Amino acid sequence: MSEFLIGLFEGWGIAKVPEQIAYLSDFGNLAFEIWETIYAPALATVFAYMIGLPLGIILVTGEEGGIRPLPKALMSILNTIVNLLRSVPFLILMVMVIPLSRLILGTSVGTAATIVPLTVAAAPYIARLVEISLREMDRGVIEAAQAMGCSPWQIVTKVMLPECRPSLINGATNASITILGYGAMAGNIGGSGLGAVALMRGHGRNQVIVMYVAVIILVIMVQIIQSIGTAWSVKSDRRINQSNSKKE
Amino acid sequence: MSSPIIQIQHLSKTFDGGGSAVHALEDINLDIHEGEIFGIIGLSGAGKSTLVRCMNLLERPTAGTVRVDGQNLTELSEKDLRLARRKITMIFQSFNLLMQRTCLRNVCFPMEIAGVPKAQAKKRAAELLELVGLGDKASAYPAQLSGGQKQRVAIARALATNPKVLLCDEATSALDPTTTVSILELLKDLNRQLGVTVVVITHQMSVIEEICSRVAILDGGVVAEMGEVQEIFSNPTTDAARRLVYPGGISAAQVPASTRVIRISFNGGTAYDPLIASLAIDCGVKVNILGADTRNVGGKAIGTMLLGLPENPNEAAKALNYIRAQKNITVEEVPDYHE
Repeated sequence: MSEFLIGLFEGWGIAKVPEQIAYLSDFGNLAFEIWETIYAPALATVFAYMIGLPLGIILVTGEEGGIRPLPKALMSILNTIVNLLRSVPFLILMVMVIPLSRLILGTSVGTAATIVPLTVAAAPYIARLVEISLREMDRGVIEAAQAMGCSPWQIVTKVMLPECRPSLINGATNASITILGYGAMAGNIGGSGLGAVALMRGHGRNQVIVMYVAVIILVIMVQIIQSIGTAWSVKSDRRINQSNSKKE
Repeated sequence: MSSPIIQIQHLSKTFDGGGSAVHALEDINLDIHEGEIFGIIGLSGAGKSTLVRCMNLLERPTAGTVRVDGQNLTELSEKDLRLARRKITMIFQSFNLLMQRTCLRNVCFPMEIAGVPKAQAKKRAAELLELVGLGDKASAYPAQLSGGQKQRVAIARALATNPKVLLCDEATSALDPTTTVSILELLKDLNRQLGVTVVVITHQMSVIEEICSRVAILDGGVVAEMGEVQEIFSNPTTDAARRLVYPGGISAAQVPASTRVIRISFNGGTAYDPLIASLAIDCGVKVNILGADTRNVGGKAIGTMLLGLPENPNEAAKALNYIRAQKNITVEEVPDYHE
């Protein structure tokens, strides 16, 4: 089998085929890289939501005419910070936060160290995604809640977040895919993972087959995340999913 | 008559419209009595939605006071105001249900906010759904209901905290005529059974005629006229009232400018007598019905008709005299019909 593949690929002018096939056939290699690809972005997504979700809520509720208006100056500072962080390209942001990574984690290299730049990059993005979701909220429903005597906190927790759930899930799907992509890019700062494999082996050592395999695995991962996210969002939406009435 | 449950004094509301102030409401004075069904009618932009939002302080008045059940809402802290709002609940044109909650949990919602124990809230919610005729829809989601059913859920939700006043903001405007009637019947029943005061905001005369005992006509941010529904509808004295009371007929452009237009009002009893037919038979005069709106109000026949008189002055005078001679009918010429 491998004799045949080596012949085939070499026929196409690809060098070092035996080495590449040997690397790919060792299942432990790929499994390790897949795990490295998942865990840093996954943790970063969680941390980024811890910052981005409250921030997104404040961006909606704190504005003039919102349910809990905050000083205009504070709102424009928050908006500026979000915009600034979003306008720095991730590759540059990654380098810029190296001192912060060193401060928090004691190191600026390795997969774990990518969690810091990923979180910093993703939090403002998530804040905007949350903001977009919450802005879809029907003003009338919020007015009804106010008329029933809801406090701003109750409106957020009992009305806005539950009512926007399907849209928030879509946002989270979107966010985790973007962070996964950033994570692959973060292979640059000494992280491992499929992105680093594609970059260092594929590009650096001209191992084209390894590069394609790594990319295909990334594509499959994105597909899986997207499918799960979409299915979850649709299933949870009581406006469209009318068949499963809840029994109480 | 019992004491006012809602007392509005010298209420004004001004919006800052980018430099130019918009006076939405000016010096409104209203007393709404406990247990009555009070109507507020006006055309779009008359300020009726702003007025109803001032009653529970969703809009804070620029000046004046709003007393609900003796309590001056404008003086309350945010927290006390939230408590007071449990006594003055609201239903809306667009229902504003929580789409991700079942009907039962929608009705539970205000009790959840008020801190009612869950089991007790569920029990009461089920009773309320039963009361509005939707006992079988407890586990359905709002998206599965028709407009009328959604409004019934909204009514059940509004009643959950045992309110003294139910504000209805264009509650039937999104519904078809048959559903409108059934929702109005329900409001009337609830008013009778529970004694809840109902305030109905609408632009539809038929809604006021159907359920209200008293009405205020709002025009350009002021109360143009206020009083018993039957009185105002049979004898509107202000322009604003006339505009609402004139039956919607054909447009003025379709009537020759030389035609004299009169409006006749049936003041009870004779609305269904064949007046126009007898006019043709007794006098031989044919009049043109430009518009008509006759109905049963509070057990009496009330209605208005807009008639175009024949162009021949003699015939017109003959018809006018004939109609004037009828009992329980008032005639009024409409000089500005062609404007």
